[in-house]
Amino acid sequence: MATNPLNADAFDLETKISEWKNFLAQRAVINAQDIDELEDHLRGQIEHLGNSGLDDDEAFLIAVKRVGDIESVSREYAEVHSGRLWRNLVLAPQETGANWFNLELIVVLMLAVGAAIAFKLPAAFGVVFEDPSTPLYAHNLPLFCLPFLALYFVWKRQLGKQGIVILAGIVTVLALAMNGFPFEPQGSTEILAILHLPIVMWFAVGVMYSGDWWCTQSRRMDFIRFSGEFVIYYVLMALGGGVLTAFTIGMFSFIGFDVEWFAQEWILPAGAMGAIIVAGWLVESKQAAIENMAPVLTRVFTPLFTLLLVAFLVTMLATGKGFDVQRDVLIGLDLLLILVLGLVLYAVSSRDPGEPTGYFDVLLLALIISALLVDVLALLAIAGRIFDMGYTPNRVAALGENLILLVSLSGYAWHYVRFLRHESGFNSIERWQTNYIPVYAIWAAIVVFAFPPLFGFA
Amino acid sequence: MNLSKDLMAASSTPLVLAIIAEGETYGYEIVKRVEELSGGALTWTDGMMYPLLHRLEHQGYLRSLWRVADTGRKRKYYAITPAGKQVIVEQRQQWELVNEALNKVWKEFNDKMQGSDDHGYQPA
Repeated sequence: MATNPLNADAFDLETKISEWKNFLAQRAVINAQDIDELEDHLRGQIEHLGNSGLDDDEAFLIAVKRVGDIESVSREYAEVHSGRLWRNLVLAPQETGANWFNLELIVVLMLAVGAAIAFKLPAAFGVVFEDPSTPLYAHNLPLFCLPFLALYFVWKRQLGKQGIVILAGIVTVLALAMNGFPFEPQGSTEILAILHLPIVMWFAVGVMYSGDWWCTQSRRMDFIRFSGEFVIYYVLMALGGGVLTAFTIGMFSFIGFDVEWFAQEWILPAGAMGAIIVAGWLVESKQAAIENMAPVLTRVFTPLFTLLLVAFLVTMLATGKGFDVQRDVLIGLDLLLILVLGLVLYAVSSRDPGEPTGYFDVLLLALIISALLVDVLALLAIAGRIFDMGYTPNRVAALGENLILLVSLSGYAWHYVRFLRHESGFNSIERWQTNYIPVYAIWAAIVVFAFPPLFGFA
Repeated sequence: MNLSKDLMAASSTPLVLAIIAEGETYGYEIVKRVEELSGGALTWTDGMMYPLLHRLEHQGYLRSLWRVADTGRKRKYYAITPAGKQVIVEQRQQWELVNEALNKVWKEFNDKMQGSDDHGYQPA
């Protein structure tokens, strides 16, 4: 770095500037490039002031003052670069109050235990998990654990009474529908409701997570990042839990005790419920501790899924099997498309919007377009089945899902093409993504609440 | 005269965009230019301008490029994009609209004041 030789002696400008840079570097939202940019500004200002006759020390003080209060400047940076904050979360250097940490840990543990107890409570009254005649667990599985996770965010974001009331309202309405509807046992509307309930409930978690009732785009993007990391943390904890359980059973059986019943009745269910809250807490508070996994996995799997979709499309079209898709294939296709959508959602929210367009963007566009084509194929097949064999809850649900995907993927494709051609910023893709999320939740709510009465609970 | 905070915030985007539209430039030069244009009345907290520049870049109105300046330092230059030019046109229309409306209403206000002066106030 070239320095002005005139400035070098009495007051050590270089030391002062590097101290200032170090101070900036403590802010996670200001990255190395921003510091370079601000340094260039500072030096420009100092030179200018120096030319008009000020000494280095005076010029330095004035220039630093004019850059502004670092606290409020970094808050501005945080507004623009919310993703960075996510990657390395400490807005202001945090006072490491031991009390605060302990309180949070206690709340989390209480909520985790609460979820585990809630889950075991019906069992105390003789309800059996696998019993098909009393499908209490199958109906309510997400309602045992996710409300506790949402409650954690109500506490963490200080949403107060309003948060609790809204959350209680949502859970009550969902529980009433799931348990009040006279479902035909093993009917399609019952299975559809069970499948869509977690989506509705997860959105409720998201509303609490956002802390501002889902109002700002940056918080919505944060929730998508949270969801991706959450899945990975949960899977890792499940793996660890599995190993732990296997050892528990194995070690005790060596010395002649059978503890398998205990593992199955207590460790597994209580662990599975409690881990939801613990995973949420880990993602929320340990973001800075590890490099995030989800963006890496997204990068690895985006090309592979693109390849899969393209290979599938080519095979279908080449063999002419495109319009004669059977039921199982359709279900598989829809699951695949939902997975791909998740990948796209995550890839968009983990991308640094400031980066120039690169090969990965083109790849993602290829994934979106191939998914779009597969979706059209699926839509044609479903329309054909409805035309031939009439309406069933499953077919209408599949039709609705594929239409929603069609609109969503088309929007992504459109905005991505414009972005790659420099006609709009990455911002417009993010906005499309976050504005569309409630659509998924609303559709899931329709399937849970409206489908059963519409189709006579069949 | 100092500008109100709100007005300062509202005018920063159109000003920055229009200044960059004059030709590729960098942060410190933009600040200097703003001072020059406003005769020193508009002075920002310099650090606040960079997040604004980054936001405009995300929105696709600006493009940035790192170069080595004649001082030998790395410097980030900003240039306008076609989308940015479009925005300048829109913003200009909006500001002219506001400006026109204000001018009209102030002119009426002025006339009225002068009218009431004639009738209401008689020097003794």
